[in-house]
Amino acid sequence: MAGLNGMNTTVAKTIKLYIGGAFPRTESGRSFPVYAHDSKKVYAHLCRASRKDVRNAVSIAKSALAGWSSRSAYNRSQILYRMAEMTEGKRAEFVETFVQTLGYSQEQSNGAVDQAIDAFVYYAGFADKYQQVIGSVNPVTGPHHNFTTPEAVGVVALLCSDEFDFGQLVTRIAAITCSGNTAVVLLSENGAAVLAPLAEVFATSDLPGGVINLLSGFMDELYLHMASHMEVDSICCDCNDTKIIATVKEEAVHNLKRVVLNSPKEPGLQNILNFVEFKTVWHPVGD
Amino acid sequence: MNKTISANNKKNAGETDFVFDYSPALESTDMVKINKQNKLFINGKWTSGKSGKFFDTINPANGEKLAELTEANAEDVDRAVKAARKAFEGSWSKLAPKQRGRYLFRIARIIQERSREIAVLETMDNGKPIKESRDFDIPQVAAHFFYYAGWADKLEYLFNGRNVSPIGVAGQIIPWNFPLLMAAWKIAPALAAGNCVVLKPAETTSLTALLLGEIIEEAGVPPGVVNIITGAGATGAALVNHPDVNKIAFTGSTEVGKIIARSTVNTAKKLTLELGGKSAHIVYEDAALDQAVESVVNGIYFNQGHVCCAGSRLLVEESIADIFVTKLKRRMTSLRVGDPLDKNTDVGAINSAGELKKIKGLIANAIEDGIEYYEPEATTLPQKGYYLKPCFFNNVAASATICRREIFGPVLAIQTFRTPEEAIQKANDTTYGLAAGIWSEKGSKIHKTAQALKAGVIWANTYNKFDPSSPFGGYNESGWGREGGRHGLLPYVEVK
Repeated sequence: MAGLNGMNTTVAKTIKLYIGGAFPRTESGRSFPVYAHDSKKVYAHLCRASRKDVRNAVSIAKSALAGWSSRSAYNRSQILYRMAEMTEGKRAEFVETFVQTLGYSQEQSNGAVDQAIDAFVYYAGFADKYQQVIGSVNPVTGPHHNFTTPEAVGVVALLCSDEFDFGQLVTRIAAITCSGNTAVVLLSENGAAVLAPLAEVFATSDLPGGVINLLSGFMDELYLHMASHMEVDSICCDCNDTKIIATVKEEAVHNLKRVVLNSPKEPGLQNILNFVEFKTVWHPVGD
Repeated sequence: MNKTISANNKKNAGETDFVFDYSPALESTDMVKINKQNKLFINGKWTSGKSGKFFDTINPANGEKLAELTEANAEDVDRAVKAARKAFEGSWSKLAPKQRGRYLFRIARIIQERSREIAVLETMDNGKPIKESRDFDIPQVAAHFFYYAGWADKLEYLFNGRNVSPIGVAGQIIPWNFPLLMAAWKIAPALAAGNCVVLKPAETTSLTALLLGEIIEEAGVPPGVVNIITGAGATGAALVNHPDVNKIAFTGSTEVGKIIARSTVNTAKKLTLELGGKSAHIVYEDAALDQAVESVVNGIYFNQGHVCCAGSRLLVEESIADIFVTKLKRRMTSLRVGDPLDKNTDVGAINSAGELKKIKGLIANAIEDGIEYYEPEATTLPQKGYYLKPCFFNNVAASATICRREIFGPVLAIQTFRTPEEAIQKANDTTYGLAAGIWSEKGSKIHKTAQALKAGVIWANTYNKFDPSSPFGGYNESGWGREGGRHGLLPYVEVK
């Protein structure tokens, strides 16, 4: 378990960032305290990621893209299912984190873990099916075979909602990665302690390093760097600050990043549609 | 444009000189009636602009004025948007989907019936060869309306298990390269999904859009469902910035697309953009070379290269580069550049004096930079009007402007490669991602390349093919969203 707990000398886990499959501290050496819910008791010191951490994470996510998007859909599916298994295995740690830092009841905490597991399983099951659902063979006039398939957009930056919602977070990450995208996730300060068990789920699910990168830090400080980064292909903004949304849209114009707003919180097809690009291929039919 | 074209610039050993003479085969303009002064089509009526200002539309084939168009101002835009809103909340939304479809079918049929008239007008206003407007643009326009007409009462099949609803009023801004076809790409899916629209055609090519207004009137479409306003950038900006527009659909340059994207930042407007490209045409050494040459020629010189998905970069495998370039030169000598109304013409007029100047400037800069340049020497250009010889630059560095910037003219940049990996890397080395071509006789290599290319449309062993059922649109800075096919409806619906 992660938290410091007064006189109890149980070894507390240091919560670090998750970048490229490793657990580095922020290069900036900065941290911010997370308190036990409704108290001034420090639960943990989280890394306050810097602009440079964002850039490192984006570079690594870009490098991981070709490998991840060319994995078979079945393999991505297996890895997502593995995440569900690992989440179940770490249920107690997730629950402890939610109870301690967010003041959830046991029931609420278990409910949040259930939602996350459901989301992992849902998208594990979708990874090799959405192509058939949203792709098409097109009946063009003339002797051509013509088909449209969805592909990964690329590196997706995810700015999390200030209202921590574990089910939504996992829905987002699973939907983004099931189609072959890689992700750089900036957790909101609220609930950021979940980074520790969640990163360990990813680290133990046969997920290649760099496919999912988790950062904790200050949204106000970092969102701009994610929105303006030229190697970010798509940005999903779940935070509802209108100033942040407007700035994200403005910055996204530089390289015409896809901006995803109001993506559904619950698992569903729309969450996949929001993070794919359609490619149409023509080939003549003839001798 | 009757001219003499030598089949070969240089006589090869053993060949005799021979010369083709083409008699002019001019398409008649008899059936086209052009109003000297044109009004705006708002709320089902032809109405004068509030500014009282007009601007000229020119026939680029001879530089002569064709007509005057109304310059719609913000007040006109407001009238058009209000009419669209009223129709959206009233007559159009009360119609059964089947009835909406009926109107679209009817529009398609009238376009088919008046196709020659429309094609001639398109060629006169745009400068594209009559054989293209007659055999490509206008048949595609009709097909597009026909395709989406059938969707109007089948929207429940669009999204599995989900109902969809229209978005509302769409502001649609279209370019001058395929004037009426772009209007069809915009209007047909929007109406099929139950939206109402305000369309602003490009300022140099508004005449066929206005003719479409007549057809829409003739088809009995309820007033306000389609409004057509003419004008330049300021009119477009007023439409983009109108607070009661729910969606903007724009086709044009990446530069303007970005301006539009920025201006909608503080709004909830939905936005789709079909923007520029610098599409690569990859020719592997195992390609059917003669067919590939035809494809490369079609890819870049079709419609004077005024094509967002033009194959403006040729990537040819080093081992066949010399023979390929030789064949390409030979083919280019037989391209007939001239009067767009001549049925023999392959390459027509550049759309405007401004475009011609821009393209010539880019060519001059590249020549000044010492890049190897070719144009067919014997090709002659008409004295009047805006014309350019098809041309290419060979051995172009990846960093050269002509390899990076969209020229939007009949200018090809040629590079070589040694391995498929290098071809893919070079093809993807662009901020755009609209289209790409692949030539190889090996299926597995085609699929591998197609998968690795970051582009929305891949033409394998073909190029520049279009169909209403086939989604079109790009990756990266080539835009947001798709047009055509089932996917082309997604930007015009809300999923419930």
